[in-house]
Amino acid sequence: MPQRPIRVLLAKLGLDTHTVGVTVIAHALRDAGMEVIFTGLKQTPEMVANTAIQEDVDVVGVSSLSAGHMRNLPRLAKLLQEKGGGDKLLVAGGVIPEQDAPAIRAAGYAHIFTMGADTREIITFIQDWHARQETTAP
Amino acid sequence: MSGAMQPLAAEAIAGKVAAGARLIRWLEDGDPRGRAALRDLYPHTGRAHLIGITGPPGAGKSTLVDALVAEERQRGRRVGVIAVDPSSPFSGGAILGDRLRMQRHAADEGVFIRSMGSRGQLGGLSRATFDAVLVLDAMGYDRVIVETMGVGQDELDIVGLAHSTVIVNVPGLGDEIQAIKAGLMEAGDIFVVNKADRDGADQTLRQLELMLHLRTRHPSGDDWQPPLLAVVSTRGEGIAALVDALDHHASHLHDSGGFEARLGSRSHHLFLGLLRDGAARRLMEQALDQPEIAALVEAVRSRRIDPYSAADTLVARIHLQP
Ligand SMILES: Nc1nc2c(ncn2[C@@H]2O[C@H](COP(=O)(O)OP(=O)(O)OP(=O)(O)O)[C@@H](O)[C@H]2O)c(=O)[nH]1
Ligand SMILES: [Mg+2]
Repeated sequence: MPQRPIRVLLAKLGLDTHTVGVTVIAHALRDAGMEVIFTGLKQTPEMVANTAIQEDVDVVGVSSLSAGHMRNLPRLAKLLQEKGGGDKLLVAGGVIPEQDAPAIRAAGYAHIFTMGADTREIITFIQDWHARQETTAP
Repeated sequence: MSGAMQPLAAEAIAGKVAAGARLIRWLEDGDPRGRAALRDLYPHTGRAHLIGITGPPGAGKSTLVDALVAEERQRGRRVGVIAVDPSSPFSGGAILGDRLRMQRHAADEGVFIRSMGSRGQLGGLSRATFDAVLVLDAMGYDRVIVETMGVGQDELDIVGLAHSTVIVNVPGLGDEIQAIKAGLMEAGDIFVVNKADRDGADQTLRQLELMLHLRTRHPSGDDWQPPLLAVVSTRGEGIAALVDALDHHASHLHDSGGFEARLGSRSHHLFLGLLRDGAARRLMEQALDQPEIAALVEAVRSRRIDPYSAADTLVARIHLQP
């Protein structure tokens, strides 16, 4: 049993009301030894940023449907920076058109998982990032 | 203790949310920086009213906490919440679902909500829950509400932690209301029947009332009469009365000296536990360097000496340096 579980926040910004995918991911992360918190639906970037800070998660996984993601995703990244959560791994998921991906990455998202990404891929990505953090930590 | 304050401790005392959140993380993860910070925070604790919410799984504890937070905010108080959910014994991971029901407060800067996995603890809390409570107390939250994981019956660590323990029941448990063992009846400072919109609420209230009459007096001789309240957390009904009862209990504790006494007794127990762990560790380290005692330890392992006599032998040799 890992002594220091990786903590992950799964968040749904705006009008995205699909919960099946996030439930599957939550269970997979739990089974991989992580502590998972779900924000529920219809969150604003402010709510997600506050939650991520209060919960002091390592990872914030956000999904946002096309409407608004170009505004919401960068805004969340900026708020996290401002509130002292700039060290967290930010990843995005859901339906993000190819042409928007570079801007989202530039805003601070380390990876964009497309709809239906394999949960093992997500777990590996998080674990690899975390292992790198541990080795570079003071 | 002199010297500079742990920087995050200073920030947390000044109310910086990210700092307090990180301290809780350190304490939870057993990072030594957490303990160092706690030393600095400690003089700033002891002010918050600590409220425990416990009851069976699915009783509506999180929904009740959500409603309580709303009412406390109406009254202008800043609120910290710690919600404990069970960790998986297999993976060590957890889905921390309590927060989901309180998320409408996420944009409110006067509310701090933290989810914790039980991480192998069985008493309804996690090992670091009390430490996290201290952090929120030092950060200046007026109320710190702790939701335990859904408890069976005897797992009542919360009683030693909180000033006021609220036991949440629901209608329709039928004979299982017996699940409220004598221990629980003694432990509660306030009893709530949630989901009072459901059939059978009256019956549950009557049963509880009866049990409260039969309740043995609080071992400390406290003359508090625990109130019994019906609430509908989903609609906020009865919540103002519950906050009134909590306030009433807090002033009762202040008047009787119980407010400090409960915290003090918690600190005392924590101290004893730390002493037990630390002394055992230190003794074992030193003892193993002495062949005669190493032999004693080995004799216990190979069952040639019973553990009681062996421990007595070793304990008899402990002398504190003056
Ligand atoms: N009818 C009714 N349902 C309620 C009430 N309060 C809570 N519920 C429902 O009861 C269910 C469980 O609520 P939670 O608040 O998650 O219960 P809990 O005790 O925190 O659950 P665990 O943390 O898993 O032990 C949810 O579906 C709530 O909507 C109430 O007053 N009336
Ligand atoms: Mg709950």
